[in-house]
Amino acid sequence: MEKAFRNDAYAKVTGQAIYTDDLKLHDMLYAVPVYSEMPRAKLISLDGSAALKQSGVVAIITAKDIPGNIRYGQIIKDYPVLVDEDINSTGDVLALIVAQTREQAITAVPFIKIELQPLKPILDPEEAMKPDAEILHPFHCSNLTNYHRVRRGDVATAEKEADLIIEEEFSTSRVEHSYLEPESAICHLRSDGVMEVFGSMQHPFSTRRFVASTLGVELKDVEVKPLTCGGGFGGKDDTAALVCARAALCAWILKKPVKITYSREWSMRESYKRHPYKMQYRMGLNKEGQILSVKARIVADGGAYCSVTPWVTWRSTVQSCGCYEVSNVETDVYGVYTNNVFCGAMRGFGSPQINFAIEQLVEIAAEKLGMDEITFRRKNIVKQGSTTITGQVLDNHIVSLTQVLDAVLKESDYENKRKLCSLGNLNQKEWYGIGLAISYRGVSLGAEGTDVNSAILYVQPDGSVLLETSVFENGQGAESAMILIASEQLGLPLERIRYRMPSTSNIPDGGSTVASRGTIMGGGAVINASIILKQIITETIQKITGKSVAYFKDSKLLDSSDNLIMSWDEAIKLCYDNQVYPYAFGVFQPPQISWNEETGQGNAYFTWVYGCQAVELKVDSQTGAVELLNMIAAHDIGKVINPYALKGQYYGGMAMGAGYALFENCPCENGLVVPTNFHNYHPPRSINLPEMKAIFIENPDPISPSGAKGIGEPANEIMAPAIANAIYHATGKRYHSLPIRIKI
Amino acid sequence: MITVNGFNYYDYDLERKLSLWLREDLSLTGTKIGCDIGVCGSCTVLIDGEPKLSCRLKLKDVENCNIITIEGIALPDGTLHPVQQAFIDAGAIQCGFCTPGMVLTAYALLNKNPHPTRQEVRLAIRGNLCRCTGYQQIIDAVMLAADRLSSN
Ligand code: FES
Ligand code: FES
Repeated sequence: MEKAFRNDAYAKVTGQAIYTDDLKLHDMLYAVPVYSEMPRAKLISLDGSAALKQSGVVAIITAKDIPGNIRYGQIIKDYPVLVDEDINSTGDVLALIVAQTREQAITAVPFIKIELQPLKPILDPEEAMKPDAEILHPFHCSNLTNYHRVRRGDVATAEKEADLIIEEEFSTSRVEHSYLEPESAICHLRSDGVMEVFGSMQHPFSTRRFVASTLGVELKDVEVKPLTCGGGFGGKDDTAALVCARAALCAWILKKPVKITYSREWSMRESYKRHPYKMQYRMGLNKEGQILSVKARIVADGGAYCSVTPWVTWRSTVQSCGCYEVSNVETDVYGVYTNNVFCGAMRGFGSPQINFAIEQLVEIAAEKLGMDEITFRRKNIVKQGSTTITGQVLDNHIVSLTQVLDAVLKESDYENKRKLCSLGNLNQKEWYGIGLAISYRGVSLGAEGTDVNSAILYVQPDGSVLLETSVFENGQGAESAMILIASEQLGLPLERIRYRMPSTSNIPDGGSTVASRGTIMGGGAVINASIILKQIITETIQKITGKSVAYFKDSKLLDSSDNLIMSWDEAIKLCYDNQVYPYAFGVFQPPQISWNEETGQGNAYFTWVYGCQAVELKVDSQTGAVELLNMIAAHDIGKVINPYALKGQYYGGMAMGAGYALFENCPCENGLVVPTNFHNYHPPRSINLPEMKAIFIENPDPISPSGAKGIGEPANEIMAPAIANAIYHATGKRYHSLPIRIKI
Repeated sequence: MITVNGFNYYDYDLERKLSLWLREDLSLTGTKIGCDIGVCGSCTVLIDGEPKLSCRLKLKDVENCNIITIEGIALPDGTLHPVQQAFIDAGAIQCGFCTPGMVLTAYALLNKNPHPTRQEVRLAIRGNLCRCTGYQQIIDAVMLAADRLSSN
């Protein structure tokens, strides 16, 4: 059989892989956080003297000890590394206790005396949006972190012409990423004066900015080295960076290495979540089944701090009508401050919420019009050359919605099985249902950020290669994908290429490894570096031997008639002998996008991906228990780089989507996240999930040098509506909120 | 006395938590801590061949026991156990945080039941959370290991 490739598999399967908490430095101290018990308050006083007397306790660190900025944030600098005065969340950290062991630090927590002056919290985003609501962050002058809109055509006129108008409301739950490895950081001040940071994170450069800001030093004075990351899913950005910043602060003050490893309870309490949304949709249709208009009002509870709420909700805005062509659109999307736990990036990034609404809405509309849901979708989906709701013409890549839809219909035998659905038949003990959902998704960051990435290929004198890119391993296999691409480009076996241990001091910032952009951006940079490297080698050989290299294959350099010129190793030796470095720095920069914030029009993303997922399930008509029978996904991923890792993204994404649909919920009570650990928060277990199938659709993208696009998030954004649709087909009831709890 | 991966230990604090003892005192950091309350399976070790959660045990609970951790199942020359090799070959590893616990749980299952069905594998690993893989390739890996072990 063909085997999977991962450069870290051996270390991970033997327990040798070093995650941050596995590392110990000499003379290391341990810090733990002290949380606010109130969601909104003023910190009047904090007395650490009794805690300081506890065994092993070395220091109590508070905001007063911060040499740099107390607050930081990726968009709005609103997050206090440690609270100086204003408390906005029960995840706020008031102090750090540093001790010789972690247990000693934890034991000292109850000895901290804290005086708070309670303020009335705002826990409902609708309350926060009222004109007379108190402003939670006075320097920001508004309880909105952002407001985005789309204005296209004329909804009022379209509604007058419509034969049918449907209005529906949907809401989604707050979701915890549930990376199995809780946050962890180790920081120490190196002898050259650099603050060295080891940690578990998705974006070392963002961590570096947080740490430098907190310490009040320059970026060159902080070096972040991410260690093996035990899962991220978008969740190891801000919170992971904050944990690093706090460990760095302690190490800075105490001049000793300091480790902070979070317990699951702290992680659940403090770390940001996927935004809960409330979505009101009104859709106008004609009786031929064409969507004429969509009007939507979407409110995202961003919680106490901004994080990347404006970017998350921007994607929701651009994709607010799902993958359908609609000529008349009015979408208003609000990101709102409250005193709940804050929300930020999570796999999907604003699309799982939207798809949950829109993919049910189209089925509701189809049924009202007496059409089947597939015909209705076919009529309205974007096709080659279609214009999106933001005015982008989809003509620079293959629009493959029909292809992914057909693949899933065929594989699942949908049309036949759909006839077997129970629709709540009272004579059946068990209800059967099949359902599906489709989507398109803008690739990479779009107007959310600057999109550029780089790679370094550095061939050593013995012909072996060191590779480095500015995408980071979160566990998804990013490094392995980069090695595979380099190996193909250079015609070298995988074992001759080693991925360098990443560091923020080695390579320029390439943005966060989020938005399913790792393969397209990093892979693009690797290919561009390979082209430069091959050019350096080719020119050197031309100059010295007069021969023209046409191909790099099987560790050999060949001319255009496939004749051997020399081996790779000989070519590299020749370079070094002639004082030429076989070293290349490659950059990949996708085409610029455009966006008009006023009208919500523009070319939002440089390319798009298309996907379809289906599920079969059974519902017990007595208890309402749902049993998933199987799940299928087809995605156009552009080009397959690493088939096993790709499948892993499909399966993991579908599983997380199933969790979103049926099991996962993080309600807040008086601002405090209710679930505390995996006994009361339930990511799916093996017995909750069915067998899954992954179908690869390949339409290489012209903009992507490797042809590949992305899969991490597309795989995670449509299983919840597929399940909701299947549940409707089984029970005859629509469920408008997540997670779905079936009422009998 | 407690035996860990073939080495005998005599001097320890009976009240010490097994997971911490392994990680902190013996530097066997392959045993992971995901929840610390006995619900995620990351800290699974084999105690007299049975998969057990080391975050729920104290050393007094494992006196005179034979413990195997993830570091203890490959051959001394580094050759992987067939279960480990199958996890690699079937693509069952992503972030790897659940992997040690999964491998040990699967190892114990195959010792008892060398020819499990996919459903039996599903049941056996229900205590081991994995957020990355959806379990599909982990089950593939255990089936592959069962195949390879029985054809040897
Ligand atoms: S750490 Fe022991 S079961 Fe989770
Ligand atoms: S591989 Fe990441 S939790 Fe299982």
